[in-house]
Amino acid sequence: MYDLVCIGASWGGLRAVGQVLAALPEDFDLPIAIAQHRHPDSQAEILVELLQTKTNRPVLDVEDKMSIAPRHVYIAPPNYHLLVEPGSFALSVDEHIQFARPSIDVLFETATHAYGAGVIGIILTGANADGALGLARIKNAGGVALIQDPLGAARRTMPDAAIAATVADAILPVEAIGNFIYGLWVQPATVTAEAR
Amino acid sequence: MSSSVGTSREPAGVSKHPPARDDLEDIELSLLLEGMFRQYGFDFREYAPASLRRRVWRRVFAEGLETISALQDKLLHDPACMERLLLDLSINVTAMFRDPGFYIAFREKVVPALRTYPFTRIWVAGCSTGEEVYSLAILLQEEQVYDRTRIYATDINESVLERARSGVFPLDKMREYTQNYIKAGGARAFSEYYLAKYDGAQFQRSLIENVVFAQHNLVSDRSFNEFNVIICRNVMIYFDRALQDRVHRLFFDSLVTFGVLGLGHKESIRFSPHETGYEELDASEKLYRKID
Repeated sequence: MYDLVCIGASWGGLRAVGQVLAALPEDFDLPIAIAQHRHPDSQAEILVELLQTKTNRPVLDVEDKMSIAPRHVYIAPPNYHLLVEPGSFALSVDEHIQFARPSIDVLFETATHAYGAGVIGIILTGANADGALGLARIKNAGGVALIQDPLGAARRTMPDAAIAATVADAILPVEAIGNFIYGLWVQPATVTAEAR
Repeated sequence: MSSSVGTSREPAGVSKHPPARDDLEDIELSLLLEGMFRQYGFDFREYAPASLRRRVWRRVFAEGLETISALQDKLLHDPACMERLLLDLSINVTAMFRDPGFYIAFREKVVPALRTYPFTRIWVAGCSTGEEVYSLAILLQEEQVYDRTRIYATDINESVLERARSGVFPLDKMREYTQNYIKAGGARAFSEYYLAKYDGAQFQRSLIENVVFAQHNLVSDRSFNEFNVIICRNVMIYFDRALQDRVHRLFFDSLVTFGVLGLGHKESIRFSPHETGYEELDASEKLYRKID
């Protein structure tokens, strides 16, 4: 069984994240946490509003210590790192990591610490290498590592870096990711845990 | 590794996953925090674990060590190592006029109330290297209430207070700070407030004429005065829920009636024990007014 889906995206990510959410069948009930790089001054609400147009799930900007509830979509607020504790989120204003805050690596790494093999990590389009290390951590802990096919990505640097850092469970066109994680949720993979 | 939301992934004993180091890491971390507290009196046991763990690991690597236990051994016998970890754990990264909207709301909704008092006390709790204190001082000067204000700026860490007192900030930040200042409704040229020197931007001493920098530990120390305003932004996000509740009590008890509490953008008094003791002054900028 899985506990949490974590998505990391940068350049071109808004569209890609929207596509993933839009493709998820209604009954899929895992919580989803998203670290999308954006300008520090950007209005927190805008990304939430835009993504909310793509899905019926509740989309929320994370507030400190917010509980993790099924079916909800949680967005890292601009200019904060998003961290996962068992059952809830935490925020920090620690230094940028690879020029990023929120850092995808921080989200993925702390999610792994909280939920071990129960994490599904997804790296989407982006023009930097953030998330590659975090995805490898997810994979090493027995979780699932998914990467958007670099060929179809708005920017391929981030998927390429993730592919170089770990053995992905699947490299998929963005339109196929929703269905793939739906499949995992219906029938949890047993093979992925063995690959270390 | 911890239990998940009501599900157990596998029957006990047949896990195919590699043995998690995380359980051991949790033991090491809690022993480290216990040791720090008993030897040095610094109590980080109620800090939110995810970010604490990251900061501790950074210090482990910086000391050339490989485990949290090794760091424990070193710092118990070497106060200088404790000092370095304390810096890592207590520096909160901030910027002058971070979240410009907060300062606009402060000008519009808090300053008018301050004008009605002959004298006001403001507590900036967890001031770190002082960026917020100088920002606030600039705002109060421009609003011409600085002369009847005293700002108490406190932090757990004496060496960050030292830096705050010096009033020197990196020159390469001035562009960002200038933009923030303008967005925050600043009325003058930001460069009037500092002198560019070879080692940084030296801010005017007059800005801290009415500032008292003092060591104070939110975890263990009591209130030291009564305040009209308390600002504590992005400090409590590093605390766990129980500690947050205690600090909220400390703030509530330290505020005068109609005193104002200012929190970070993603913090809230919702679910705190004093939720009903405040009314919202500005919901999105997290300014609250104590009502009883």
